[in-house]
Amino acid sequence: METVTQSIQGIPLNHYILLSAIIFTIGVIGVLIRRNAIIIFMSVELMLNAVNLLLTAFSVYWGDASGQVFVFFIMALAAAEVAIGLAILTMIYRNTNSTDINILNRLKW
Amino acid sequence: MNLFYFVAFLSVFFSLLVIFSKNPVYSVLYLIVTFFTFSIHYILLNAQFLAIVNFIVYMGAILVLFLYVLMLLNLNKESEPMKSNLLKVVGVIAGLCLLLTVAGSLKLLHVSDPVLLKNPDIGLVRNLGKVLFKEFLLPFEVSSILLLSAMVGAVLLAKKDITKV
Repeated sequence: METVTQSIQGIPLNHYILLSAIIFTIGVIGVLIRRNAIIIFMSVELMLNAVNLLLTAFSVYWGDASGQVFVFFIMALAAAEVAIGLAILTMIYRNTNSTDINILNRLKW
Repeated sequence: MNLFYFVAFLSVFFSLLVIFSKNPVYSVLYLIVTFFTFSIHYILLNAQFLAIVNFIVYMGAILVLFLYVLMLLNLNKESEPMKSNLLKVVGVIAGLCLLLTVAGSLKLLHVSDPVLLKNPDIGLVRNLGKVLFKEFLLPFEVSSILLLSAMVGAVLLAKKDITKV
């Protein structure tokens, strides 16, 4: 384990923040450009994971274990969110025969 | 040191493939690879507990759920209607503006200290368990209620209309 963790020595914290920002942005772009609701869910998962990585990096940086506990809670929340979201999606699919979010604009009136 | 940049490149590459591949099943498979690279990041940060939990919960449970729903709804075809090219370009530009803002504000901060393992033990199961069951006992119990309510809600939502049965 020592040799593996040696390899992060000397990486600036900025690079972790930048990597998380890039992954988060990819998630945002995925939400904006896709119409399939399942892919939008996957983009939300990407955003959650970017935040998880950033929390872990900060937790290691400060030597404080609380950040990693927060990541654990975020994972529990993500599991709950995915279960509910996919249940809603199956219900929508049963009613409209598609997961295209443009069909859902009938909620407007 | 180079290993981090290589894995970071892989994460960005596969997450780009997730949102740009046409077939939803390929998207899920690329998402699995992306989460695997995240697990490698956690191992590099010596957060072994999180690496294992990420492996089991995300790659084992959540993505299997995604694949299951995709197969169940028979969406594994490339017939998804795409947004118009104009909307796509506008979406990408909006996302890049967000990235530019974050990167620009990062440049002002000047936090460029290297990440060092000050306390190499904090990511181990024994240490995290102590913190979880001492300082965060109440949130831990509340999250169990959250999971229970999510389970009940998912069953209620996915069930067919009761009045018809």
